[in-house]
Amino acid sequence: MSKPNTFRAGVDEDGHFGIYGGRYVAETLMPLILDVEKAYDIARADDSFWSEFNDLMKHYVGRPSPLYFAKRLTEHLGGAKVYFKRDELNHTGAHKINNTVGQILLARRMGKTRIIAETGAGQHGVATATVCALFGLPCIVYMGETDVERQAPNVFRMKLLGAEVRPVTSGTGTLKDAMNEALRDWVSNVEDTFYIIGTVAGPHPYPTLVRDFQSIIGEEVREQIQEAEGRLPDILVACLGGGSNAMGLFHPFLDDEGVRIIGVEAAGLGLDTDKHCASLTGGKPGVLHGNRTYLLQTSEGQIIDGHSISAGLDYPGIGPEHAWLKDTGRVEYVSATDSEALEAFQLCTRLEGIIPALEPSHALAYVAKVVPAMEKETLLVMNMCGRGDKDIFTVAKHLGVEMKGE
Amino acid sequence: MSTRIERRFKSLQDENRAGLVTFLTAGDPNPEVGFDILKGLPAAGADIIEIGVPFSDPMADGPAIQASSLRAIKAGMNLAKVLESVRDFRKIDDVTPIVLMGYFNPIYIYGVDKFLSDAKAAGVDGFIVVDLPPEEETEFCLPAREAGLNFIYLTAPTTDERRLPRVVKHASGFVYFVSITGITGTFAASASDVEGHVARIKKFTHLPVCVGFGIRTREQAAEIARIADGAVVGSVLVDIVAANVDLPSLPEKVFELVRCLADGVRLAR
Repeated sequence: MSKPNTFRAGVDEDGHFGIYGGRYVAETLMPLILDVEKAYDIARADDSFWSEFNDLMKHYVGRPSPLYFAKRLTEHLGGAKVYFKRDELNHTGAHKINNTVGQILLARRMGKTRIIAETGAGQHGVATATVCALFGLPCIVYMGETDVERQAPNVFRMKLLGAEVRPVTSGTGTLKDAMNEALRDWVSNVEDTFYIIGTVAGPHPYPTLVRDFQSIIGEEVREQIQEAEGRLPDILVACLGGGSNAMGLFHPFLDDEGVRIIGVEAAGLGLDTDKHCASLTGGKPGVLHGNRTYLLQTSEGQIIDGHSISAGLDYPGIGPEHAWLKDTGRVEYVSATDSEALEAFQLCTRLEGIIPALEPSHALAYVAKVVPAMEKETLLVMNMCGRGDKDIFTVAKHLGVEMKGE
Repeated sequence: MSTRIERRFKSLQDENRAGLVTFLTAGDPNPEVGFDILKGLPAAGADIIEIGVPFSDPMADGPAIQASSLRAIKAGMNLAKVLESVRDFRKIDDVTPIVLMGYFNPIYIYGVDKFLSDAKAAGVDGFIVVDLPPEEETEFCLPAREAGLNFIYLTAPTTDERRLPRVVKHASGFVYFVSITGITGTFAASASDVEGHVARIKKFTHLPVCVGFGIRTREQAAEIARIADGAVVGSVLVDIVAANVDLPSLPEKVFELVRCLADGVRLAR
């Protein structure tokens, strides 16, 4: 593939990133998707939209999040200087809120009065329920029934915030089915409903607008690292499920040739097993949920459920822009297993006093693997996209099993 | 050169009646019984047969059709076998039009060019690909037309008059009006609503208009047959399969309902 002049041009007029992306939706939805696109085109060109967004980012979400030099981890690893972008310090404990604030502002501009969302681990559901409470809009969150059981604290949180959580039993009752159900709801409630998608996937314009709202992460890093080190970083690392926190960090740096960019997927029990969630490194291109992208699927094109210790990474697809960045070679995509992530989780907790979510623990695992061989002058920024309070039960269970084995 | 679909609508017009279009998922509850059902549909009164190609994630369909897909996949159904069953069907019936309905991913993975030539050779007449709106027409819809096969577009109540010309521009065979803003198998639209929509669509195309989603009874089928060129019945047939998966007389149960619906359609005008 020939190298484009810029990696930041975004989609073509039909909503494609190269061969990826697009608008693979039923006709009933198509007029709605076109409405969202039109409304977003107007909003993104309107300064008052962004000033409202930025005001909420500052006073409600608590941005900018710090760029923190992880001194003890750096000393321990003995290579590159490791910085954390502390998006786990945001209100609601993850980067998800950046996107839900942006989308609810758009929904309000469109005069929509009912909000729906899908959620896996519950972080996006909580972030959506939060902004719905803030603006007084009814909120319905679709969640696979197994996730409802596994993520009881987040389910309760959503209910406290006034949202209705609808367990999804259709299909395999997982995140992909929650997304199917949300799309079905939208098809059935076209007049008043806005669908807040949680990641940089789905039909155009969602991958673009979610990326734009999350890009605040990378934009802040650009300024903060200049201030701290007087130059741009050498390496960026982030984990990917659907890919929104990674896209938010990466996008502002895509045209900086000197910046090496690495996305870390969830390898579950290993890429050589069928229990992983690495769509880019272990899947192949296909069409699902409105876009063409890399998918976990059978040789006959049936979608397979992903597996990861981290509920937030087990989506069988990936944002289409990531698919394009993989094929163009601009971003490197690698993976980390459940057990590597668990180890990194503990390492970070003990060395830095930061309990990371299991999602960024995958990015951390990769950092811990490669940093020791790097020059001490190298600057690495990793997105700490969520905090791990929600994961302590999962971690306890896994550590308990290990102790029994001893 | 006309297609089986075009010839069928011509003969329906000569009989001054609408057609009954049946939908069942291929290989549901398993490939053998699914084929027994397929074979018997024309005699029971189906004028056009839609065969659902199983897909794990049919996002525009209701849970009942998704469950039928999963049953079929579990029983070993796949796109190659769907084509095989059409080939076998054609040995005994060379006039009843067959439309494959489904989602794009299994076709994309099979390979568009290979799929078109295999489908044509098997005796398929047209396609409804739910997640390929006009905005995504270049990859499959236009090549299908070039191959002499019909590509049937869906229109919905949300498809307004500004958009309709775009939707029917490359449509062929017939236009499928999805009568509700909702998923399959939920509720039915009122006849007067449907009548207005059909008239609106006919302003922009000379193609026959078939109406689907929510038709479950003989009376509903008759009502639609009075105002449209075809009535599509799916979920209620799929429900019969789901409720009688292990019953040896399952095909007969399906035919019974098809006969009843066909009566409604035939006596409507």
